[in-house]
Amino acid sequence: MRKILSVLLAGVLLFPLCLAGADALLVNGAGATFPYPIYSKWFDEYHKKFPDIQINYQSIGSGGGIRQVLAGTVDFGATDGPMTDEQLSQAKTKILHFPTVLGAAVPTYNIPGVTGELNFTPEALAGIFLGKITKWSDPAIAGANRGVNLPAADIVVIHRSDGSGTTYIWTDYLCKVSEEWKTRVGKGASPNWPVGLGGKGNEGVTGLVKQTPNSIGYVELIYAVQNNLPYGRVRNSSGTFVKADLASVTAAAAGAAKTMPDDFRVSITDPPGKSAYPIASFTWLLIPSEFQDAKKREVLVGFLRWMLTEGQKHAAPLAYAPLPKEVVDKEMKALAQIR
Amino acid sequence: MSFRRRWRKSVNAVMLSVTGISALVAVSVLFFILGYLVWHGARALNWDFFTKLPKPVGETGGGMANAIVGSAKLLLLASLVGVPVGLLGGVYLAEFGGRTVSFAVRYATDLLNGVPSIVIGIFAYTMIVLRTKHFSTIAGGLALGVMMIPIAVRSTEEFLRGVPRELREGAMALGASKWKTIATVVAPAAYRGIMTAVLLALARVAGETAPLLFTAFSNRFWSPGWNQPTASLPVMIFTYAIAPYEDWHQQAWAAGLVLLGLVLATSLIARAVLSRGVPMRRS
Amino acid sequence: MAMARAGSGWGPRARALVRRLRSGDEIAHLVTFLFAGSILLIVGLLLNELWVNSALARHKFGWSFFFTRVWDPVFEQFGALPFIFGTLVTSALALLIAVPVGLGAAIFLAELAPPRISDTLAFLLDLLAAVPSVIYGLIGIFTVVPLLREYVEPFLKATLGFLPLFQGPAYGVGFLAAGVLLAVMIVPFIISVSREVLLAVPREQREAALALGATRWEATWKVVVPFARAGIFGSIFLALARALGETMAVTMVIGNAPQIAASLFAPGYSIAAVIANEFTEATGDLYLHALVELGLVLFLLTFVLNGLARLLILLTARRGGAHA
Repeated sequence: MRKILSVLLAGVLLFPLCLAGADALLVNGAGATFPYPIYSKWFDEYHKKFPDIQINYQSIGSGGGIRQVLAGTVDFGATDGPMTDEQLSQAKTKILHFPTVLGAAVPTYNIPGVTGELNFTPEALAGIFLGKITKWSDPAIAGANRGVNLPAADIVVIHRSDGSGTTYIWTDYLCKVSEEWKTRVGKGASPNWPVGLGGKGNEGVTGLVKQTPNSIGYVELIYAVQNNLPYGRVRNSSGTFVKADLASVTAAAAGAAKTMPDDFRVSITDPPGKSAYPIASFTWLLIPSEFQDAKKREVLVGFLRWMLTEGQKHAAPLAYAPLPKEVVDKEMKALAQIR
Repeated sequence: MSFRRRWRKSVNAVMLSVTGISALVAVSVLFFILGYLVWHGARALNWDFFTKLPKPVGETGGGMANAIVGSAKLLLLASLVGVPVGLLGGVYLAEFGGRTVSFAVRYATDLLNGVPSIVIGIFAYTMIVLRTKHFSTIAGGLALGVMMIPIAVRSTEEFLRGVPRELREGAMALGASKWKTIATVVAPAAYRGIMTAVLLALARVAGETAPLLFTAFSNRFWSPGWNQPTASLPVMIFTYAIAPYEDWHQQAWAAGLVLLGLVLATSLIARAVLSRGVPMRRS
Repeated sequence: MAMARAGSGWGPRARALVRRLRSGDEIAHLVTFLFAGSILLIVGLLLNELWVNSALARHKFGWSFFFTRVWDPVFEQFGALPFIFGTLVTSALALLIAVPVGLGAAIFLAELAPPRISDTLAFLLDLLAAVPSVIYGLIGIFTVVPLLREYVEPFLKATLGFLPLFQGPAYGVGFLAAGVLLAVMIVPFIISVSREVLLAVPREQREAALALGATRWEATWKVVVPFARAGIFGSIFLALARALGETMAVTMVIGNAPQIAASLFAPGYSIAAVIANEFTEATGDLYLHALVELGLVLFLLTFVLNGLARLLILLTARRGGAHA
């Protein structure tokens, strides 16, 4: 009996060694969690089209994507916040930014008794997250929501505890609309939040918001849509209260599309435009401009081409806005820079 | 009955019941956690889970076959590092150690035990991943192996020392050299305790997520060989658990259950295979 | 005779050494010494890597790192105090809950329970060690947090609310939740190891006490437990080490707010949690080095607590007890 068990044990232990390595080419990438749903769909579709190619993407966060691509431990990165000049200067080979899709961050809340959509002014959002507006019944909020019975309860602020591209977008917007936010907190993936609880990942924030009465947090649009979370409208620079959806996000990029810089690094929060949603952003793939491994270069260039044409079709069903045509054309030309 | 006697008797009754209640509390929590895990995990378990690869985000179905194999590979590597160092290190401390060296080694072991798993991950990241310029199964296995060492060392030493002096002296009286005594008499006597401890160490590292995040990374596909990133059950559980998709949550519970089941199975098989040796004295 | 010949290559001492080495004992000694020494090597390397990779932060902040309350990655101001506070508070709370329960349960299982039940339960408890931290975190979010928020915290506020420990809004997440969850996670270690150590106490000790007229409890508490004292302390420190370094479960229920608060209901942060949350995203070398320095601080914390532990054992050591 014992002999049988020993053989079994040995077999179980040695079995993994028998798995032969696949002949497929494995390309590794890491970065933003924001576009993870669409990236994973893309890489899967691409693998179905070319079974020999395996693109393994892990969503460890925008900062992680930047760090690992700079360190050379992954073949490409992804980020919701473009790299700064300082970060780019650390790269051994030049890193190129390629926008992929557009997304948005929305304010979600849980106020017992309030079921409709709330309107948020920039001042209200900044005040709440600065900790200066502490009650839901505050005139700054109530003023934009006449007819809604807001309780005089304390606001519980929920933000991200992990470094996050969504946070980057959110704080980027708050910097633009609030001078105090800009000087006191600044923009970044992990700012020093004046108030609030931190939840890990979108799930953490959603969980906390759902469980905590009178709370407010921010999440990615697709996340709110898929989980049926109530989220509010935000007033844009033209004074209209806009709800985030494909149309308003696309409108946000319209202005930038025409004036897109050559390196594709641009911020589209608080843009001009009547129907533009103010807290939207591009998200980028970070591709080194020089590849030692010719095969990997071919794979990535091929993928990018596919992404800009076929891939864009998958964006809308997943609540991401596809890239404006001008941007796509410009990126196609930029592909030549990858050697 | 004198007052003092009555007092002592009631203290006796009260305190013994208190221990009984503590045990009840501990056991209920134990069953609650295991039950919760089994309940949620069993609901999502199906054949696909063990045989298919993960599906892309948003699509239901798929499985964690690559993660199961990945975890097995990682744990194999971890044992190859952790068990020899732990066992032999423990033997040194219990049988051969000089005073200063033993003190240093014991202190170092305690320190290593206290290092949070995430710091070990950072360590493996800077030492291996950055230097080899890619994430790999090896880096992950080594990180886990390092984590196993302290528990293995401490327990080996503890149980070797617990072997009664008479056994050693008997062997030596028969002319056995020191190492022969250890190998043929002392070690078998302490086997049960040591094996328990090694399995405890293995169980502990089987569920570790943090060190793997920066070393083995993760992989959507099968991981060939030992030098590529690999999926593993703990990392998959983590990724799925904090994601927004209900389907993924279920798979996370299922993965947690599978992990537990794997550890249980290994534990049972190992005990059956290795069960020999003098059982320790029980009162 | 061979030793008397001078100038013949190896020399007498070397020859004697080789002869001794051929005996199994010396080989065994050398081999085990090498493996034990490798542990020292690993710890040394670990410390080195941590030291080197935290250089920027150490040079910039110096000792003030330990006393600064601000953690601001955007403006690059880093201070460890809130995290040290959170780590200590949650671990202390966890020990406060887990040690009595764990020790009590261990005593019950070792002394009073029938052997088969004791063994089965111990086996199941060992299994708990394999439950990943994330699962504990999830269970914590779905059970512990709502329980605290709806029942326990309001109850504590109503009865003991005059103490600053129990004031403030009841979020559910916070120091209390983290402490309770940590206690649940470390109890299996305490029970498991304490039980084994208690079982190893020679029967004679117990019987001698009972023969002298002690009650069951007195025999246990005044004779058996002190005999196993070192092992029990060992289990407590094993548990403490786990509590200090616990990452995933803590970050899911502690609220992740880097602040120092008197109330157990308040959200807080721990060293391991902040490293887990921010390490992969830390762009900027100073930021990264500050996080690694936090790792070093945790290391230091373990070092100090270990030292205190050994001191404690030394001071309270009694003759006739099992040794460490």
